[in-house]
Amino acid sequence: MAEKSTDFIPRLLPPRELFAEGHRGCQGCGEALALRQVIKVAGPNTIVCSATGCMEIISSPYPETAWRIPWIHVAFENAAAVASGVEAGIKVLQKKGRYPEGKINVIAIGGDGGTADIGLQALSGALERRHNFTYVCTDNEAYMNTGIQRSSSTPWGASTTTSPSGKESIGQNVPKKNLPKIVAAHDIPYLATACPSYPLDLMNKTRKALEVEGPTYLHVLSPCPTGWRHPIDMAVEMGRLAVETGVFPLYEIVNGRLKLDMVMEKREPVIDYLKPQGRFRHLKPEQIEEIQKVVDEYYESLVYRAECDAKAPEANADEW
Amino acid sequence: MGERIGLEVSLAVSEAVKLARVDAVAAYPITPQTHIVEELAQMVADGELDAYYIMVESEHSAMSACCGTAAVGARTFTATASQGLALMHEMLFIASGLRLPIVMAIANRALSAPLSIWGDQSDVMAERDIGWVQMFAETGQEAFDLTLCCFKIAEDPRVILPTIINIDGFTLSHVVEPLELESQEDVDAWLPTYVPVHVLDPAKPTTVGPVGFPEIYTEIRKQQDMALIGSYDVVLEVWESFEKKFGRAYKPVESYRADDAEIIINLIGAIAGTARIAVDRMREEGKKVGLVRTRLWRPYPFEEMRKALGGAKAVAVVDRALSFGGPGGPIASELRSCLYPLDKKPVVASYIAGLGGRDVTIEDFYTIVAETEKVLETGYTDEYKMIGVRE
Repeated sequence: MAEKSTDFIPRLLPPRELFAEGHRGCQGCGEALALRQVIKVAGPNTIVCSATGCMEIISSPYPETAWRIPWIHVAFENAAAVASGVEAGIKVLQKKGRYPEGKINVIAIGGDGGTADIGLQALSGALERRHNFTYVCTDNEAYMNTGIQRSSSTPWGASTTTSPSGKESIGQNVPKKNLPKIVAAHDIPYLATACPSYPLDLMNKTRKALEVEGPTYLHVLSPCPTGWRHPIDMAVEMGRLAVETGVFPLYEIVNGRLKLDMVMEKREPVIDYLKPQGRFRHLKPEQIEEIQKVVDEYYESLVYRAECDAKAPEANADEW
Repeated sequence: MGERIGLEVSLAVSEAVKLARVDAVAAYPITPQTHIVEELAQMVADGELDAYYIMVESEHSAMSACCGTAAVGARTFTATASQGLALMHEMLFIASGLRLPIVMAIANRALSAPLSIWGDQSDVMAERDIGWVQMFAETGQEAFDLTLCCFKIAEDPRVILPTIINIDGFTLSHVVEPLELESQEDVDAWLPTYVPVHVLDPAKPTTVGPVGFPEIYTEIRKQQDMALIGSYDVVLEVWESFEKKFGRAYKPVESYRADDAEIIINLIGAIAGTARIAVDRMREEGKKVGLVRTRLWRPYPFEEMRKALGGAKAVAVVDRALSFGGPGGPIASELRSCLYPLDKKPVVASYIAGLGGRDVTIEDFYTIVAETEKVLETGYTDEYKMIGVRE
């Protein structure tokens, strides 16, 4: 019997880990998994500009490093600005013959805090200036590095150390900031949402993002057993449930047109996603119902937009 | 020797940056620095300067982008002032910690509040400990010359540290002065193409900006401190070679009629011009007054300062920055520490003047010297005095 493609494809991937094993990530870290997949696709001709955060501290405790490719960390809120400089510097030095020729992928990486909160301005500036780089936001929905404090990317109802649930509090009492939507408003040629629970999808999106000329963006939901308080062997499953329930829809926006990766008419109930996570444990049935309603509405709006976009003429159809 | 022309000092700095053939500029507009980067943008637009000009969205991103360009080996320049420098604050420590030889011009300006676009030195004095080589120009010629020197100092493999050239906002940055620009040929011969020591390059992957645990952090800081202290000899060497090539000499400390002076005025920057006139007048009146201008601020020229000031009865230090409730202006408190080990040391009186664009006049220097005479007679009454306050 022929092998299934899902058995076969991983063997085509380069076995070498450029984001090396042995880093100091927590057990079952979804963010490290996402990074590994992104870097695998990016390959050796890549420079990574990392924001301060989990992935930075776990990968670079001097004199150890998990990076087999050039890597720079400057500060928390400026990964996109540093990447701007790296991209610009390479461009001008290659023109002057003072930097090796060939395409260099410039990737900026930040968590949700480093991207949606403190790094939003630098990100917006770099996108607006049309630097040729890819920004990867690994979104684990709170400041996990400093001990699970809420960010603007923390979902409604989640309990964190600075948005704790209690007698008078539901936890995070505002909806999650829709960062991809803000990024999309910069009219960049390519952005996508992804999740390491769908490795081929994430890797294909990484490939596309790196191939496109200009700024591109990947928003990667990265389950965090430590912060979400689910069992350490459930990160992949949590990501799948986030997608299958419609909590985190996977889509691409290519030259302004949104395409949903899979249109799920029947979705898993959000309670399946919320229940294994300690951060949602306090939610009452009516609050879960409320979340279900909001998720459904948003998902339907995306389906509708994707249908409309499919009929719209593409503004700037690039082939890859 | 170059042609003598009249030129706004900001534009002279831009000319020096062009002659240094910088590869990258990342800057954000802020008064009174803006003329420098506007001119650079025009030079790039006109094809006179082959550089990538990144029009960033803030000074924080300006310094961040400079870290990026410098990390891949580009000769990098930026300029800022006041609030812009304050916004960069976080990045300034990282640029030096990562040993990125960025050159920055600061058109020194007051800090808010109240908002003031006018000159003083509060901005850079708040950045004393950032680990950059720092120097101050008095004249347009000096601003041009020192800007060129900054690149050679910063990029020297024995230094590899970012470097600041300070020019007083408006009183220096915006005045037209006669000065000599040098030819591209001569500058090229003196300041060759930058060959970086460390570069982010996929052929030789390096990890830049790692986490430093307590068992290593101190040692890395020690290395950085050694580099900054060690840059002193390189600064002298670069200034000597500059003199050989272009004929203009620079020293860490500049003395004027100070050899036999009983009271020496010590200050930094462009107000030295006014101070010199005041010294001349007081000399004519028979007062033994002199002037010492500190050009090199970091690394601090301890020995030269002791030599220049150690013999006086009193030093009247004029700071264009205020250390609220502290031991005096920053220049004064540094000087007190510098002179403290001497057995016989002058009295150091601290005066704050010229804040937020207030002129420092010849009369002000008379007041300062008269106050210092009083201190010599009766001792200190105040840790520091603000001069020219309207009451």
